[in-house]
Amino acid sequence: MVGMGALTGKQLALGGAALALAIILPPFMSPFGQHVLILTCIFAMCGVAWNIMGGYAGMFSFGQAAFFGIGAYTSSFLLLTFHVSPWIGLVAGGMISAVVAAAIGYPCSKLRGHYFAIASIAFAEIVRISFNNWEMVGAAEGLTIPMGKGGLANFVFNTSKLPYCYIIMIFLLLALAVGRLVSTSKMGYYFRAIKESHEIAQVLGVDVVRYRLYAIMISAFLTSMAGTFYAQYILYIDPASMMTLAISVQIVLVAMLGGANTVLGPVVGAAILVPFSEYSRAWVGYKGTGFDMIIYGALITIISMYRPNGVWEAITELVRREK
Amino acid sequence: MEILLQQLVDGVLIGLVYSLLAIGLTLIWGVMNVLNFAHGEFLMIGMFISYWLYTLAGVDPLFSIPINAVALFLLGMFIYRFIISKVTTGPLLAQLVVTFGVSIFLANFAAFIWTPNYRSIGHTLLSGTWNISGIILSVPKVVSSIGSIVTSVAVFWFLRHTRTGKAILAVEMDREAAMIMGINTERINSLSFGIGSALVGVAGALLATHYYIYPFVGGTFGLICFCIVALGGFGSIEGAFIAGIIVGVAETVGGYLLDPAFKLAIVFLIYLITVWIRPQGLMGW
Repeated sequence: MVGMGALTGKQLALGGAALALAIILPPFMSPFGQHVLILTCIFAMCGVAWNIMGGYAGMFSFGQAAFFGIGAYTSSFLLLTFHVSPWIGLVAGGMISAVVAAAIGYPCSKLRGHYFAIASIAFAEIVRISFNNWEMVGAAEGLTIPMGKGGLANFVFNTSKLPYCYIIMIFLLLALAVGRLVSTSKMGYYFRAIKESHEIAQVLGVDVVRYRLYAIMISAFLTSMAGTFYAQYILYIDPASMMTLAISVQIVLVAMLGGANTVLGPVVGAAILVPFSEYSRAWVGYKGTGFDMIIYGALITIISMYRPNGVWEAITELVRREK
Repeated sequence: MEILLQQLVDGVLIGLVYSLLAIGLTLIWGVMNVLNFAHGEFLMIGMFISYWLYTLAGVDPLFSIPINAVALFLLGMFIYRFIISKVTTGPLLAQLVVTFGVSIFLANFAAFIWTPNYRSIGHTLLSGTWNISGIILSVPKVVSSIGSIVTSVAVFWFLRHTRTGKAILAVEMDREAAMIMGINTERINSLSFGIGSALVGVAGALLATHYYIYPFVGGTFGLICFCIVALGGFGSIEGAFIAGIIVGVAETVGGYLLDPAFKLAIVFLIYLITVWIRPQGLMGW
């Protein structure tokens, strides 16, 4: 399994090379390329976060958009109303998301499989509808974040997308570090035990309810961070673009396509899916016919039919065979 | 008070249509453990078939019911044979996601060929209203709910009293035991998928008499259906029938008492509260 035990020298070298590439390349990309890179990293981060609860602990959430939205709304609301720095809003949003996650996760602690999936959709839809009708946060009109003075302290960069590229990469690395830490720690083993069977995990002395909550809270915190970043990047948020089922599904897809239950899988998944959907939109979707969505739907179907365990598995298999 | 009673009646009427939709979904789930997220899009296709038959050939939606049922039955079998059956042995996550793909594909394909515009069938055999001591009953809604009850009862009867129906129930109870008894479970799977889809086809024709028809109509209906199915207990047909009425009433009356904007939120909230108290749903086991 990926991410178990210490990193080998070869893994370190590969990781270092990838990192170096990630640092060197962005300045040479077109603005659209940088935009796609940023979106890829956002979804990769959400996928890594999803994996902690979905891949490791077996709770298939189709409602991650709620946390994504809560993160964006918390930081933006604090910024607009109290002039609080988005960096503080980032942490505040994460904490609120984690608390909300615990509050909804606790009553759902007995739910598994499909029941959990539906419950997560129901939860996210309630959050979306509430924000859509909540005047204090702009209801359906959403919130516009003023451009103001650019700079790291304000988390706004007016002249170049480059700082955004690097910030989201750091966020992604942080999420990966958390993912790996969880995966290799005792907690990770507990999660996998819970995934296999609640009853057996319980018998072995794992506090199932508590560890499920931990998984959901960690996942919510990281997803919320990505949400805050998205708000600071796009500078406009509304429920219809941030909190929809489509966003939640895309997060699941990123993790599944890459390989659920692996640390790096979601990054691979995002690197395939996001550029694909962005470029196909740019090529064939601009006429407003939704043709890109037809391809997207077909792609999802084909992936689940022929690559249900993700491409990461295929990659590692290939590497192993070459040895 | 009169308005509340009106809402209650309307809630029951739409709830019965929900019941029919949910029975189709729960049948598929019960037999093969697959949640069909494209259920709402099947409904959309059913509505469009009725719409085109009406617009191009002047067939009243009431008479397009059998055509719809057959068309959706075939579509269901087709999708089962070429897509669903490929994932039923794979990981659970792929089973959950595959029908999402189908649903996105179908909705956007419909929008592509028919434009995303809203349409409706202007005048049918059923247009009109009845006024019973202040309560206004729209005829198409009443006929739709009666049609739903008739179809639901027919499904009950079919499952309890025919050989094939009993085989479906047997597979639902214990797939392996059913196999040992000589039931061709693969055939039962595709048959159940077809029947579940045919029920949506019937509901589509019924809804086409009084509901807007557009490519993304399935989204909301699909989500409501999942809540109903889970509320009734996955796989329980009686549960789906009762839960459908509960959800219809809760949505309409709750929307009136609070704010129509929160109609869906109320449905989802009821679902969450139910699974909290009773995770297996009302009639699940």
